[in-house]
Amino acid sequence: MPKDELKAGFRLVGTRPNRPDGLDKVTGRARYGADIVAANMLHAAVVRSPYAHARIKKIDASRALALEGVKAVVTRADFPTGLTGEDWNLQENTIAGDTALYDGHAVAAVAATSALVAQDAARLIEVEYEVLPHVTDVDAAMAPDAPVIRAGNADHSVPEGMHPNVVRYIDFGHGDIEAGFAAADLVREGTYKTEATHQGYIEPHACLGQLGADGRGEMWVCTQGHWYIRRMCAAVLGIEAANLRVTPSEIGGGFGGKTTIFMEPLALALSRKAGGRPVKLVMSRAEVLRATGPTASASMDVKIGMKKDGTITAGQVNFRMQGGAFFGMSPIAEALPCAFACYDIPNLMHEGYEVLANRPKAAAYRAPGSPMAAFAVESLLDEMCRELSLDPLQVRLKNAAKEGTKSSYGPTYNRIGLVETLEATMAHPNLSAPLGPNQGRGVAAGFWFNHGGETSVSLQIGEDGTVGVSVGTPDIGGSRASIALMVAETLGIEYEAVRVNVVETGSLGVNEPTHGSRATFASGKAAVEAAESAIKQMCARAAAEWGIDPEAVEWVDGAARPAGENAGKFPPLTIGEIGAKMGGTGGPISGHHESVPGGVGASFGVHVVDVEVDPETGKSTVLRYLVVQDAGRAIHPAYVEGQYQGGAAQGIGWALNEEYIYGADGRLQNPMFLDYRIPVASDLPMIDTVIVEVPNPGHPYGVRGVGETGIAPPLAAVANAVAAASGARLRTLPLSPPKVLAAIKAGQ
Amino acid sequence: MSRIHITTTVNGEAAEFLTDPRETLLDVLRNQLGLTGSKEGCGTGDCGACSVLLDGVLVSSCLVLGVEVQGKTVETIEGMATDGALHPLQRHFIEHAALQCGFCTPGILVAAKALLAQNDNPTETEIRYWLAGNLCRCTGYDKIVRAVQDAAAEMRGAA
Ligand code: FES
Ligand code: FES
Repeated sequence: MPKDELKAGFRLVGTRPNRPDGLDKVTGRARYGADIVAANMLHAAVVRSPYAHARIKKIDASRALALEGVKAVVTRADFPTGLTGEDWNLQENTIAGDTALYDGHAVAAVAATSALVAQDAARLIEVEYEVLPHVTDVDAAMAPDAPVIRAGNADHSVPEGMHPNVVRYIDFGHGDIEAGFAAADLVREGTYKTEATHQGYIEPHACLGQLGADGRGEMWVCTQGHWYIRRMCAAVLGIEAANLRVTPSEIGGGFGGKTTIFMEPLALALSRKAGGRPVKLVMSRAEVLRATGPTASASMDVKIGMKKDGTITAGQVNFRMQGGAFFGMSPIAEALPCAFACYDIPNLMHEGYEVLANRPKAAAYRAPGSPMAAFAVESLLDEMCRELSLDPLQVRLKNAAKEGTKSSYGPTYNRIGLVETLEATMAHPNLSAPLGPNQGRGVAAGFWFNHGGETSVSLQIGEDGTVGVSVGTPDIGGSRASIALMVAETLGIEYEAVRVNVVETGSLGVNEPTHGSRATFASGKAAVEAAESAIKQMCARAAAEWGIDPEAVEWVDGAARPAGENAGKFPPLTIGEIGAKMGGTGGPISGHHESVPGGVGASFGVHVVDVEVDPETGKSTVLRYLVVQDAGRAIHPAYVEGQYQGGAAQGIGWALNEEYIYGADGRLQNPMFLDYRIPVASDLPMIDTVIVEVPNPGHPYGVRGVGETGIAPPLAAVANAVAAASGARLRTLPLSPPKVLAAIKAGQ
Repeated sequence: MSRIHITTTVNGEAAEFLTDPRETLLDVLRNQLGLTGSKEGCGTGDCGACSVLLDGVLVSSCLVLGVEVQGKTVETIEGMATDGALHPLQRHFIEHAALQCGFCTPGILVAAKALLAQNDNPTETEIRYWLAGNLCRCTGYDKIVRAVQDAAAEMRGAA
């Protein structure tokens, strides 16, 4: 447990109260995406392509439409034409046009009076395909003989002569890369690969949509960002954003995968065609795995130059990533800047390619791109530390970025906490735990930018002095609690007197989703600003009552008070007293804040893992796990620890088990949790955490955002531990037992 | 397909419904009886979000047909708090922050209750293996295991 005394003088910030939505969530009352019904509701089912790449020659829905209870069928013909850019991408992914681009691509959808009838009807929709050659591997998709997924998609950045599947090229760096390598005592390079993984939220996508002939509609949906749902659905359907009111359900996990649309416009299109009856659409797990998420797969070359004392003189990466059959979906533009973000390196070169492949349209997954980049760079660093007999943590400390370092991607860091994080790691008892035979320890560092984003918050003072806060960022892991803590701290009232509501799109200005680790940072910052504005108004009401200047009133401990001797002698007016009278003193008091908050604080973490590798089977068992990360300030430390632990668990899964397995036919072979195996309770030990607090100067309480960094280090940390335990250095994930066993045998 | 009339007991109350023989117990609970606390994460018996007790035995309700519960008793998350008082497991889950999104929580609580009914002092390893059929993607299980341990200790103390 971290030291809560770090809360440093705050009354509430840094404490661990029960979350306000806890009761609903332990009693089954909380309503998630699939938990709602509407009068006269229909149920929908989707027909999906069984081919990785196929021309759609004909869709015949006549038998489905003849089935009793079937009310509507939609195909691409029911959607507007002429969309461009990402809007076209979204529409094309929602429902295929003339070509199915991946196994699971939606081709048609049907609405009927029950889920069973809808499923029967979907089976009666006949689709005639002409199968086309496909490619799913990122390197194969760049090869000269690869089938072309969509010609003319490359932007101007791509060097001439490359395969049309290469659609984006990025390069940047600083210093003199050749001179940097020349100055090194040791130069090593390697190629590293990661497979696509899925966010793996346990709640499948679900929505209930209604759209009338007048273009007005409503949607209930599990999402990280309902304004995104509104904008994207409006674009795909050709309706006006303000006419679609989107209400977020409780959300059963997102991890980036619920920041976009997948099937939501299908529910609305079916509703419109069925005379405006509400349509419920709930994905199966197989649909989730085949057609939503996942993250990109990556193939990465890394080259590093190091002096004998561990000083890194130069670093170079060349990354290739596929994010499915759609332009702009791979996180190549994030992966590259993350590669060396932890270090102060004078000479750097980054190059990256985005490649199309016959796979689903990738979505964000927790620190998109960073885990892959860290796997490549942190693995090679580990190999070089071993070769030079250097302590891997000391080497990281020696090269660590700090305040004033020009980052690998350009900007100069302000106050950051990587050095403090490394020092806290070195001091942790896990570092001195004895290791037995076949056991090894691995360390790795990781980085995430964090994000501000469009934010709008409103705060209302109640007649009894309690406070409502309306935010637009869905609560996925305790953000209602942390925002309530900050508001109560600012207003000087009790935590329980603040109720934070996640409200629908009609109630606030545009909000970006809960993504980029921004909810506690951005909605929190805006909520504090809104509280400050309400305080100003309450002070003005007190000043008017006392007949003094508003500047002569100060707000202390939940009440307006005359500021100092000269202001006059008046008893304090509490928030409750001001609230009770506000109808007669000028009307409702509320505070608002709208902005794209600056002052985002970069985040760094260091993980240490002990692994035992069974030399007979190649199976790796995680014995001990430590996450150390700079939170800036932990508003509710228990939920900060939860983010650290959850990120580590997902990273462990990515390292050891999880992967998208495509057959030679281009079909996903493991679209269920039995075969797409995420970590279960018996796979993991307790996950130790240390919350480092180097406050972010850009947030009123020092928050950096903590959600994403935790998934960056584990891939390399686990691979480094497996190498230490078994001698087997694997550069391709996952480290499944057969692969590790083969590597052990090859090394003997 | 013609529907079948079933009478059963759910959370101590008599219940009846008409079901298509293809519908699962989970479908029936959620769609016919309005008990949406049990969740569908997979529909294939792999995630445990739909866990309920059937005649006292822990089952995945997505793998049981609605027609199978004729004359049996079903206990769901909605029946876990009694007379308005939370079960110690529910309380400790809130206090330990053992849920983030909360989607796995109903199933895990039902499963943990079944564990404590047969083993009032499980080790960490026993808890981890018992709950291995309940996927949680958010928490890494650390706080879940601790919450179960603390609830068990409290229940032993109270007994
Ligand atoms: S929904 Fe029943 S086990 Fe997943
Ligand atoms: S809390 Fe989200 S799946 Fe467990």
